[in-house]
Order: sequence, then C-alpha cells, then structure tokens
Amino acid sequence: MMGEGWCRSMQHFYDVIIIGAGAVGCALARELSRYELSVAVLEKDGDVAGETTGRNSAVVHAGFNNRPDSLMASLCVEGNEGFGQLCAELDVPFRETGKLVLGYSAEDIETLEHLLAQGRENGCRDLKIVRGEELRELLAEHELTGLQCPEAALWSPHTGITNPFLYCVALAENAHENGVDVFLDTEVTGIEAVPENSLKVSEAGRFCLQTRDGKKLRCRYLINCAGLQADRIARMAGAGGYQIYPCRGEYFILDKYELSMPVYPAPPKKAGGLGVHLTPTIEGNIIIGPSAQYLTEHDPAVREDYACTRPVMDKLMEEACQLMPQIGEMQPIGNYSGIRPKLSPPEKGGYSDFVIRAEKEVPGLIDVIGIESPGLTASVPIARKICRMIDEAERAKAGPAEEQSAADSGLRLKPDFHSTRQGILRFREQSPEKQAELIRQDPDYGEIICRCQKITKREIRQAIENPLGARSVSAIKYRAWATTGRCNGGYCLPRITEMMTREYGMKPEEIRYRNGASRMFTGWVK
Amino acid sequence: MELEYDILVIGAGPGGLSAAKAAMQTAARSDKACSPFRVAVLERDEIPGGILNQCVHDGFGIVRYGAQLSGPEYAEIEIQKAEEAGVQILTGCMVTEIRLQEAVPAETKAGFRPGFAVTVITRSGYKVLQAKSIVLATGCRERTRGMLSIPGTRPAGIYTAGVAQNLINRKNIMVGRRVVLLGTGDIGLIMARRLTLEGAEVLCAAEVMAEPTGLARNVRQCLYDFGIPLHLRTTVSNIYGKGRLEAVELSEVDEDLQPVPGTKKRIECDTLILSVGLIPENEVAKTAGVKLDPKTGGAKTDAYLQTNIPGIFACGNARAVMDLADFVSEQGEIAGANAAICAAYAEGGAVQPLQKWEKNPHNAALKGLPEENAVTCTLCPKGCQILAEWDPEQEKILVTGNGCPRGEAFARQELTDPHRILTTTIRSVSDAPAGSTAGRLIPVRSDSPVPLDEMQELAKMLRSMHIPAEHAEKVRRGDVLAAELGRDHVNIIAERSAI
Repeated sequence: MMGEGWCRSMQHFYDVIIIGAGAVGCALARELSRYELSVAVLEKDGDVAGETTGRNSAVVHAGFNNRPDSLMASLCVEGNEGFGQLCAELDVPFRETGKLVLGYSAEDIETLEHLLAQGRENGCRDLKIVRGEELRELLAEHELTGLQCPEAALWSPHTGITNPFLYCVALAENAHENGVDVFLDTEVTGIEAVPENSLKVSEAGRFCLQTRDGKKLRCRYLINCAGLQADRIARMAGAGGYQIYPCRGEYFILDKYELSMPVYPAPPKKAGGLGVHLTPTIEGNIIIGPSAQYLTEHDPAVREDYACTRPVMDKLMEEACQLMPQIGEMQPIGNYSGIRPKLSPPEKGGYSDFVIRAEKEVPGLIDVIGIESPGLTASVPIARKICRMIDEAERAKAGPAEEQSAADSGLRLKPDFHSTRQGILRFREQSPEKQAELIRQDPDYGEIICRCQKITKREIRQAIENPLGARSVSAIKYRAWATTGRCNGGYCLPRITEMMTREYGMKPEEIRYRNGASRMFTGWVK
Repeated sequence: MELEYDILVIGAGPGGLSAAKAAMQTAARSDKACSPFRVAVLERDEIPGGILNQCVHDGFGIVRYGAQLSGPEYAEIEIQKAEEAGVQILTGCMVTEIRLQEAVPAETKAGFRPGFAVTVITRSGYKVLQAKSIVLATGCRERTRGMLSIPGTRPAGIYTAGVAQNLINRKNIMVGRRVVLLGTGDIGLIMARRLTLEGAEVLCAAEVMAEPTGLARNVRQCLYDFGIPLHLRTTVSNIYGKGRLEAVELSEVDEDLQPVPGTKKRIECDTLILSVGLIPENEVAKTAGVKLDPKTGGAKTDAYLQTNIPGIFACGNARAVMDLADFVSEQGEIAGANAAICAAYAEGGAVQPLQKWEKNPHNAALKGLPEENAVTCTLCPKGCQILAEWDPEQEKILVTGNGCPRGEAFARQELTDPHRILTTTIRSVSDAPAGSTAGRLIPVRSDSPVPLDEMQELAKMLRSMHIPAEHAEKVRRGDVLAAELGRDHVNIIAERSAI
C-alpha cells in the first residue's frame, strides 16, 4: 500500500531527500516544509518511528546528562524548552512531569553534584539537589513514597514524557500536509553522487538514489538520517569513516500503575546508557529499562535484532526493585527492546557527540549520525541546524559576487505553511456530555473496539485512513493506541482485522504487523 | 432502550443469560415484587452468547441437559429461555462504569442501596441506566505472551488460543500453517484439533507442568486422536523471527519451572498458540469499587454470590474461572435469583431467603493425562477412564470404570472403530465484495459420530463447500446443511439459527 505522497508526486526530482523517517528525519521534513523546497522522506520500514525513535523511554530530557559545549547538551536544552509548545501545535501528548535522579551512596551523590554543575552550565533551568526533610516532602508531594528512600536526589522539574510514535507521526503528517512526499517501504539500495562540475548537476541534481522497489529519485541535497544504518548510507553516498556500534536496551512494560515521574539511579560510569530507570508512560503504564548491551556481530541484520533475553530481563526486574520494591508485585504486560546507534565503541562506552556534518568531499550530503539519547528531545533543534546548513549552502552557491541578492538566495519561507496539525480525537478523554455528542455525530464513536484502552471504531477508522498511508496493524496500534492494553489485543485484534477485511477490502494475507515480512495471517480459512 | 431496570446483568454469556432468566422467574414467584419487573442483559458483542459463539465444538450441556451440545447450540437454548422469561437482551452495549447512587432515601433498609447508575456506550448513544441490583457476568480474558515474559523477538504469528478461535471460527481468518501450542488449557487443546481439521500442521504441545491443565477428554480427542506429541515439563524458552515467527525454542524445566540448560530444541514453525490460563475480567467491577480476590483476580463474593457492595452480585468466570459452561449457568441462576430478591427487598418487598452456592464443581470432570491402557470416554466432560479387558473365564470383553451405560458402548466401539462428533463451520457466501472469498461462517456439526479416521477428510470436504446467502439467512438450528456424508452417512447440521 503506498502513501498518497507517491500518487501525488509524479516527479522524481527533489530539492532535498531525507533518508530515514525517525524523529530526526520527520522533524527535518517538517522544518523544511516551511520553505519553498520540494522534499521527500524515504523510509525502508512500513511506517515512521519503527526503530530507535519508537523504542526508548519516551522521556523529554532537560539536558544535564551531556558534556557542556556538546551538540547533545545545547540541542537538548533547546529541545526541552520548545517541546511543550511544539506538542501543542501538533496535538501530541506531552506532560512536564519532572524527574528525580536518586543517590544512595557518597559516590552517587558526587555524581549528582557533577550532573547539577554540568546541567547549570548547559543552561538547564531550576535544577537542584534535595536532601533530608525537603526530599521527604518532595517524595510525599509526588506520591513517590514507595521508592527505596535515597540519601539525596537531583530534582529536574522540567523533564517530561511524551508519546514518541505520535510525536513522529505528527511531524510526518504535518510535513506531508505542507507538501512533503513520504515514501514508506522504500529502502535505498544505491546512491550515485554526480561530480559537482558535471553538467548534469543543474538539470537533475547531484544525487541519484535507487530503491529496492526499483524507484529512481534525484535530489540536490541528501540528508542522511538513517539512524542505525547511517554509517552504511554515508558510505554509499561516498563519505566513509563512520562506524555505528549498536547498543541494545531492553524494557519491561507493566500494567497501569501510579508513578508520577521518571526516576533514575545515578548513571553508571562508562556504561552505554543512563542506567535502568522507571518511567511512567503518557498512557499510564510503567516502563522499566533500558539495559545497555553492545551487539558485536558485524552482520548488519544484527542492528535490527530487537530480541529480549532472559538474563537481561531478570536483571531489569532486579534493578527496578532496588529503586522501588513493589515493582516485584506488579504485572508485566510486555517486553521490547531498542537499539542505540552509538558512535562510542564498546571499549570506551559513554557518549560521543551527535555528528551533524555537511560533508566537504561530497557536496550536498549532510550526515546526521550517532543520534542516540537525547535525540528525541533534540530532534527539532537538530532539524533547525540542518536547515541553516542548507540555507548557508544555498547562499554560498549564489556566490560572494552576488552579495546584493544574498539575502534572497537562501531558503525562502512559504507563505502558506500550516504549523498546526490535528490528531485523532481520543473519545476516552472527553467529558460524558462530549462523548454523548460525539456518538450523535458519528455512531462509530459508540462502538468500542479496544476494551482495555476504550478506543472507538471511529478512532480505529481514522488510524486506518492515516494520511501517510501506513496500513499495518502496528500503524493502527501506534496511532489509535489499540492493542496496547493488558489483553495484548485479545479483544480488539479480531475486530480490527474484521474492519480491515470487510470494510477496507484487504485480504487476510495482505494484513501485516509492521513490514512486508510480518504477515499476520495465511488467508481465509475457507 | 428503557432507562430504568430492576436488574441489569452485565455480559450475555452462559452466566449472564441464566442469571437474568432466574431473576425474572424469581420475581414472578414473589407476590410483592413490583410489576412489571424489568431485567436486561447488556452485551458488548453484536450477538448474545459470549464466548460460546466461537466454541463450535461439542461438550456443553451435559450437566444441565444431559446432551452433547456445541457452544452455539447451548447459547441458543439459553438465549431462548431468557427471552421466554421476559428478559431484554441488549447487544452492542459496552458498559464502562457502574456508579453507586449517592442519595440514600431514608426509608431504605440498612445494608441496601437504592441503586446503581450504569454507563453504557452504544451506537445509538451514550446512556446512563438505573438499576436496583447488578449481576456481574463479565467472563474472563486470556493470559498473554506479555504476562509470561517469554524472551525473544516480537514477530507476527503469536496468538492466544481464544483469539485464534475467534479468528478461525467467526472471522474466517486462518492464523498459520505450522503450529506449536504452548500450554494445555482446554481452549488450546480444542484449537489444536480445530487447526488440524482446517489443514494446519500442529507440531507439538508443550506444557510447563507435569500434567496437562485441560480435561483428559480433550487431551485424548484433540492431541492423541491426531498424533500430536505432548511434551510435559517443557516450555518455550525463546522466540525467533523478525517479521513472521520463524521458530521457537523448547526447553525442559526444573522444579522451579525454570528452563534447564542443555535441553534446548529449536522447532521451525510460523505460529505459536498460547493457552496458558484465564483471568477473570473485572474492569467494570472495579469502577464500582467491588473488591477482588487477590488469588483468583475475580470479584470476591460471599456464599450468596454477593460482592462487598450490597446489591452487586457476581457469577461465572468473572468470579472464578470454571471448567464447564454448565456450572457457570448454574451459578448464574443463583446470582440472578439472589439479585432479584435483593431488588424486591430494596423496594420493600417480602424477604425471601437467599440461595447459597454450595457446589464444588472442580472434581466433576477429569483433568490431566488420561490413564495408560484405559479408554478415555469423550462423550462428556467427565472423561471416565474405562477399562475394557478380555475375560477368558466368561469369554467376553468386560468393561469397568464407565459412569453410565453409554460409556460401555463407547469403550467397545473405541476398541474396534473409534468415532467422534465432527464440529466445524460452513461458509455462506453473503455480504462479501465481488471476487472476494469472504463470507460469514455457520457453525456446524455431524448429527452422529463419524469414524475418527475420516474426520480430516470430511472437514476438508466441508471447507470447500458453501451455501448461498439467501439460504444461510433462513437457517434454523438443527437444519441439515449436508446430507449423508462419509462411510456412516452422517448429516451435517447447523448449530445455530441465523440471527
């Protein structure tokens, strides 16, 4: 099933092609859609947000975990400050919950003090270390008395949580509405970079991209936001020298329990992550994780090995119980894992900075590599930075001789850019009066398809008919949030399947979970 | 839809239907009950019957009707009885909340509340219904892979047995071809047979415990009958596959049910069916503040099936998961009768004694492994283990261990030419778009047992058969849809009337 973007665009030439529809790729698509540019996003998966973007703790970070003067620090702080406003524009759930980093030992407290100093230098607002009576009051106020009581804690009031799928979907949909073509199931298999002095450049763009399904697309600027495959894509485009070290993090999802904010241990030194933490989700579940385990095999397929493993699962539970003993009595309803596209090799650990680089040897190529945490928070600032780089390149192309018109030679804003986007109205969040009115307007609001999350047929319908044309079960799951409850889709999956086959004319064997290979069913029984 | 009721029953499965029927009958017997007494069952599905509708297999009704009925047949009988008693069955009604009414009129007797407000979401509107008493008959849900925390990837092709049953028997959607079953709950066992009859290959069943958790009868007729290997003390220790399931890893388990290293065995398959337990469903109960039993997860009740909230009763799997639908119905009758007495009392009616639920139905049906050398009688869920031995003195076969005369005949036949009731579905070509093979399914069974060795062939024959929509719309329960099939010339009859 192809997106509307494909039908709409008969031209195969773009000013900018973005490879990868994760948070950064989609944020960039949306930022670029403000300008007079033709833009396409190519995504190898059947939907946006399928890899690193959709597989993390969904925390909007404040920015105290990263070295001062790093891109990670500055872009994260900028991202955090704008996140609420952005989510309001795009109708994405966001809650500024605050966050606590807990210290149990003298060494931990030293780490907290380091984080505090670092955070202040980075420009994080209102950070402080709380102890004693103040700490007890804070824990009581936020109903966190179930925590193993720490000696001290770093309190970050502006950390928040979001729904990374909806965030990414919203960015992509808004970009799409503003003219960006989004190609799903479109894997880039070859990139030809035409030498700059070649005559062909002016007429057809510097890059010619070949896709697995046989498309040929050309562009002037190629932005590599390919996440776990970014080093490969860079090499394909002629920029060697990058190596991604995939580092897997596993998670548990618990049923719905009260937890007011993310709680972290003091980050372990040299590890690939921030330590196993407890995070509330926007939907009211608790997630535990992530672990940090480098995947050492050289096979590129290992970068998509989203398995969970028994030893790590046991360790997650153990560490979570150290933070909050009652976790042991809570009911898990799922497991998942994500993979960090790290530039920092296993022997070094820790964080290398984001790479956002206009490659000198390959003019027109901008590599965006090593976007691990806090990449979700920083995605829009990263996108803005890339916009500025394209703007500069456009001005430079106009040349110093034409200084007079330099102001006009950069990117030009589109007058008709729509900055807002409306998501699917959530029936369950409405007042009884509003619910009654909605059912009067459309009886599909009166049919609850997902019992755990109280999602109506109307919402499922909207999710199936999403503007990006993603037609998989997971596309519906992430947009409407069906199948995510404690019954794991036991009630709604047959009903959603029935809608897809009877109302949307799909054959059972065409229904897939996510990508081409993930067929849900083998056909009709009879 | 009226807005005021004496009793609202939530869920139109076997428990809810019989509760509602018993409530009406009890009220009719009571001289003081207000008239007209109004009882409604609220059902979220588009048809009443609950999970019975997807249980096309036989094994229902032996306790209540002394008959071998299928789920749809049993449901139709219960629906008919409820309707005859004057119960209103309201389908497409999802109850989202039960609120206790705040104001308590002064004349109300201590311990009774005047009523409840029940929020219902329907296609025809957002409704708030009033009731004096409530019966929770919300059934149960299945334990999932997520709750088991099985390591591995998350490919497509992993289904709980009930979901697979719904897809195959009601939605006409085939879930896979090479199947491994984890867990030996009854639905899982039934699905092993169902998948086999619909052309899938069931490679094996794995059970973490030392004994199957389902009925011995189902181990016999769903696994053994089809040569499906059963691995006890074995679990799935890993799951492989990026898109669709590619393989599972089986491991033997130790005393603590943990996988024993070195016992791993990889099995290539495209489908994993989970039958690893049922959990009472009490989302609605919780909104009313009903206390749950931490051990079963079900609504906690006293011997009269009343919860901690006076006026709210619970029955069936919503209270504690039961083996047989018949027992659910029996318990529903008591809960419904007590709810009616309670509602009448709240109105100032005569005080009748409440009935107690005193049955211990857990020993009524044999669970676990059938005995070696014995014939497991599959005629009813009791699963009698029958010994049939040649007695040289009397020079004839002596049959012992049968609970009824039918068991003796069964055992004799089992030794020479085993027979089973065939249950499956027939497709009606109805509302499907042109060119599509989609169609509604009619549950069907053979009117008498067919030779075991002929079952798969007959099921295959019925798979390619269909009946026209105009015929399907008029089908009544018991109608012959295919006549004189196979060696024994059996008829294939509809299990349920068209709705």
